Amino acid sequence: MRKFTTMLGAVALSMSFAQSAMAEKLTIYHWFEYIPQELLNKFTAETGIEVVMDTYDSNEALLANLKATGMGNYDVAVPGDYMVNIMRDEGMLDTFTPSELSNFSNIQDQWLNVSFDMGRQNSVPYQWGSTSFMVDREVYSGDIRTADIIFNPPAELKGKINILDTAGETLAFASLYMGIPQCSNDRSELKKLSAMLQEAKVNWASFNSDGAKDVLASGDAAAGMIWNGFGAKARAERASLEYSYPKEGYLVWADSVVLLKDAPNRDAALKFMDFLLEPENAAAVTNYARYTAGVKGVEEFLDAELVTSPENNPPADAPAGTFVEVCAPETQALYDAIWTQLKK
Amino acid sequence: MAPVSNQLELERIKRKTRANWLLSLPALLLLLFAASGPLLIVIVYSFLTPGNYGGVLWELSGEAWFKVLYTKDIFDDTISLSDAHLSIFWRSFQLSFLTTVICLVLGFPTAYFIATRPPSTRNVWLFLITIPFWTNLLIRTFAILELIRNKGVINNSLISLGIISDPIPMLYSDAAIVIGMTYVYLPLMVLPIYAAMERFDFRYVEAGFDLYASRFKVMRRIILPIIKPGVIAGSILVFVPSLGAYVTPRILGGGKNLMIGNLIELQFGQGKNWPLGAALAVTMLLIVLVALIFYMRISQRSEQNDAQ
Repeated sequence: MRKFTTMLGAVALSMSFAQSAMAEKLTIYHWFEYIPQELLNKFTAETGIEVVMDTYDSNEALLANLKATGMGNYDVAVPGDYMVNIMRDEGMLDTFTPSELSNFSNIQDQWLNVSFDMGRQNSVPYQWGSTSFMVDREVYSGDIRTADIIFNPPAELKGKINILDTAGETLAFASLYMGIPQCSNDRSELKKLSAMLQEAKVNWASFNSDGAKDVLASGDAAAGMIWNGFGAKARAERASLEYSYPKEGYLVWADSVVLLKDAPNRDAALKFMDFLLEPENAAAVTNYARYTAGVKGVEEFLDAELVTSPENNPPADAPAGTFVEVCAPETQALYDAIWTQLKK
Repeated sequence: MAPVSNQLELERIKRKTRANWLLSLPALLLLLFAASGPLLIVIVYSFLTPGNYGGVLWELSGEAWFKVLYTKDIFDDTISLSDAHLSIFWRSFQLSFLTTVICLVLGFPTAYFIATRPPSTRNVWLFLITIPFWTNLLIRTFAILELIRNKGVINNSLISLGIISDPIPMLYSDAAIVIGMTYVYLPLMVLPIYAAMERFDFRYVEAGFDLYASRFKVMRRIILPIIKPGVIAGSILVFVPSLGAYVTPRILGGGKNLMIGNLIELQFGQGKNWPLGAALAVTMLLIVLVALIFYMRISQRSEQNDAQ
């Protein structure tokens, strides 16, 4: 027993030495499965900065956990568009000037002046994509270009549906299906939305974000909400899965790397953002996560199949995607209540 | 001489008391900071106003406590009992109770089996019982998931044996939660019952049979009364953590029908209502406390009855 304790002590000691030996450290708070480890290793090799990463599975979880742990623990995070706005309003973001990033000019023009960060003072583009759903064509071969698949499913899919456990996106997606504007204050509309969700829930199997790919790829779920790139990965494991661009509309989002307020290592954070604006590195993220980069010159580094993948290329007759909107706090409280009611 | 020696004695006792205090100081400090401190924060937070995006505003409010039981309809502002919270509390209670009963049914014979082995092999059996604890709870839960999912080990084997043609849906249901919790908490039932049985003198059983007691009577009048403390301890050890279970309902229940632990997490996360989360946490604590006091009262009373 004593030998064992000594050994444990030695291990603990050597671990603490290993940590202190690495002088510089970058702490990132990131979505799960969104950056390849090789790319982080490459950053460490180029800069000598060790990278520590924690992950979250929804924009709301990111916000909640940063609120709980306070600022000053992480250097950068990767919120979606609407969450950049909220985090700025909450005073969680630091600003930088374009001159602090040597690759700033690599940002694609369409992602430079965006509504959630005009002129890019807090963030740089990471990846963008869409939120919709996938169906296993072996189980259901009918029309899937409608969100009825999720909210009013055919008999074959009942009880085999997974829903993204992300309040903001899932409620916005349901609003699109109902033709209700986001952030509606009209209580009769909200009542309809809530009732529709309660009825639809009977046909759902689970709420799962980080498992959204697995449940589809394993065949446990026959239909499920998913992000397009994550869906492409699911299709790689199960060829019968098909991503849908429903006629009622779908969500688009643009994730950005934000510089967090009170970052413990602001210099390293900026180096990391600069690193991610390098076309080769942005392409490495895209090749891994299967979304679309917001950086110029990535084309030559991309996997060939990504260019034509059905997940990244909406059919010609698909409607344009919609961004999730930020609601006023009083309105948001109503949506939060609908969400809680949905999970009782 | 006597007064002097008394004084010395007094000094000695004083020193001893001081030393005892010093010795218990680390434990007291730990309790103060690790138990009372956080609990106090939770209680204080439950009386504050929620911030817009999580966090709390330092304004006193009873709103959170009101919301534990009542809900203002978001659509027409009428006030009614909060069926969302009540149904989650009720589900938690039901599933925990069911888990406790199943653990008892499975754990009692197991403990009996181990206690009746020769002393030399008992340790091997006990060792086997503790093996699951070597693995992280999360991994054990995912292992269960791998077993009971639609394309999991059980369904695949049954299908390949031709017993069923379509998979039996087990995952993402209340049954899956009970299976998971039973598996996780079963050792907590077996060990206290075993500890009580180990001290049990099995000659009493022989004596009972000699006096023409039936098997049932031996169990009810001899074994059960003596090992009752073990059964009670095991039941509490299973019931209380089941009530607060978080990982199992989240993974095996599919996050669709919540238990109290998940409801509390929801309020601190996507629900963005920390005071309500805090109030719900304190509510759960109170429920457990009341249940324990009730339990203790009953067992005390029955002990008195036994003594009479």
